[in-house]
Amino acid sequence: MNPRGTRVLRLDALARVEGEAALHLRVQDGSVTETRLRIYEPPRFFEALLTGRSHTEPPDITSRICGICPVAYQMSACQAIENACGVTVDGSLADLRRLLYCGEWIESHALHIYLLHAPDFLGRADVVELARDQRAAVERGLRIKQTGNAILEQLGGRPVHPVNVRIGGFYRTPAPDELQSLTEQLRHAREDALETVRWVAAFDFPDARCEHALFALRDPGRYAIDSGTPTVIDPAPGEIPLPGLEFPLSEFEEHVREEQVPHSTALTAALDGRRFLTGPLARYAISGRWLHPVAADAARDAGLGDPGVGAVCDNPFRSIVVRAVEVVQAVEEALRIIDGYAPPPRPAVEVPPSESVGVGATEAPRGLLYHRYALAEDGTLTGARIIPPTAQNQTAIEEDVRRAVQSRLDRDGSDAEDEELTHLCERAIRNHDPCISCAAHFLDMTVERT
Amino acid sequence: MSGRVVVIGVGNPLRGDDGIGPAVVEALRGLVPDGTVLAVSDGEPARLLGLWQGADTVVVVEALRTRPARPGELHTLTAAEAAGHLRGAASTHAFGLGECLALAKALDRLPQQLVVHAVEVTDMELGARLSEAVRCALPELTDRVATSVRQAYERKRGP
Repeated sequence: MNPRGTRVLRLDALARVEGEAALHLRVQDGSVTETRLRIYEPPRFFEALLTGRSHTEPPDITSRICGICPVAYQMSACQAIENACGVTVDGSLADLRRLLYCGEWIESHALHIYLLHAPDFLGRADVVELARDQRAAVERGLRIKQTGNAILEQLGGRPVHPVNVRIGGFYRTPAPDELQSLTEQLRHAREDALETVRWVAAFDFPDARCEHALFALRDPGRYAIDSGTPTVIDPAPGEIPLPGLEFPLSEFEEHVREEQVPHSTALTAALDGRRFLTGPLARYAISGRWLHPVAADAARDAGLGDPGVGAVCDNPFRSIVVRAVEVVQAVEEALRIIDGYAPPPRPAVEVPPSESVGVGATEAPRGLLYHRYALAEDGTLTGARIIPPTAQNQTAIEEDVRRAVQSRLDRDGSDAEDEELTHLCERAIRNHDPCISCAAHFLDMTVERT
Repeated sequence: MSGRVVVIGVGNPLRGDDGIGPAVVEALRGLVPDGTVLAVSDGEPARLLGLWQGADTVVVVEALRTRPARPGELHTLTAAEAAGHLRGAASTHAFGLGECLALAKALDRLPQQLVVHAVEVTDMELGARLSEAVRCALPELTDRVATSVRQAYERKRGP
């Protein structure tokens, strides 16, 4: 193809990306001049749906935004409402919430690693092709996922849109022996998870480096999942980053702002004016020192550096390795919680409404998920704001796509066919496991040249 | 043979016609024998595989997007047809039933009997209800699914 002139790649839908997304890429005289990821944003619909409802409803309603990470939505919603009402849920109830969240991490990460992401590294079109010659690996992925599923069923009442969660806690809490029934499955999952780390660490990774600020919750003493303080670090290549800037969650929307960018009519998020990334790479950099020893050893052996001193993984293609380490972490954490579990005195604490605004944030598998609710005196919701990780990551993903394509074009782009570039774009996007929603999604991809 | 019969409605009730699968499952309550597993799914393949693990007969209800569309038109597909047709543009669940069937085949996890009842859909806007065409097709679609379930139990009893 002639490298001069303009061509436009338009991917109407992205295969193996959860939900709906489309990418528009403009290449002009060998340079990528425009990268626009269109993300379908159901949260706006849900924000409108929530207004006028009772303060008890957000966990249930927002869990329907995403079938892959309903627990994340429930947990951020519960925390925001409880924050508004001045209630703290702690002790065994908080442990059970964290356990449920571990189940979701295990399930969601196993889905992404095995069914969506691994085929990219092994030259397979999809998991079906992968299953034909690496059946044992795919079976292992399904087993791990099933373990996460079992936690969700046991605690959440059912795996999709768990029904047992309410503000203040749960409708019903399990007896210790009910939780212990999960232990054996989790021990097997630990072996499978460690094998997963070894499997993905041996993949070939393209050279790539993302230069984004990294943003995650920080919960000193433990790997942040369901609580923590928003923290941002700016890693420099090869250096251990300085301790990050922290700010209270109540100031989230002052720091993370949706802004108009010159080349597009779309709004994109910036953190104090900068491009940033949330998700596994950010969590590993900010919370790595608090990984369980088994997970930390697995990370070191997998070539991710020493998480104990704050190592950073800045190759987005290696996010699959970080996800695998996080599966080990979630399994270890689940086993720890089950081992120490004593049933709470009540399945839920009272959360009487008050006229107030509350905020909540947790680490969804894909990154930081923020909720804010305004309540009237009787608990009626007068406003809702939901900022999911994929919306925050949009600019970083676009930049990763631009870099991936540009570096291919710089390497004698004259022979780069659209098909190859399309595949490259999809890979750069899949690195960040963008979850837009478990909505209906269509698979007709077109590549258009002009 | 376990004799287990599983009906799975695939779809998202918040997205107009995409909710037809769950709507059929709702309509089936009381119409099928006790012990029939009635489930809804967002189409995620690993969960679908889990749902039909150990089942003899699986009946799937799906939304089909076609071009040109004849909203409300019903289709009944075998597993092989569904794997062929649904993998790609036809299903509203791109990474869903079609992929799941192909994956199940590769892993030798196809149930003994699997049938897909589908309806052509039109409106899948977030927050929309079922379109009139699809709403009108609901009774017949439900009937077809109930018939498949009845036949499964008859096969189980033997001739």
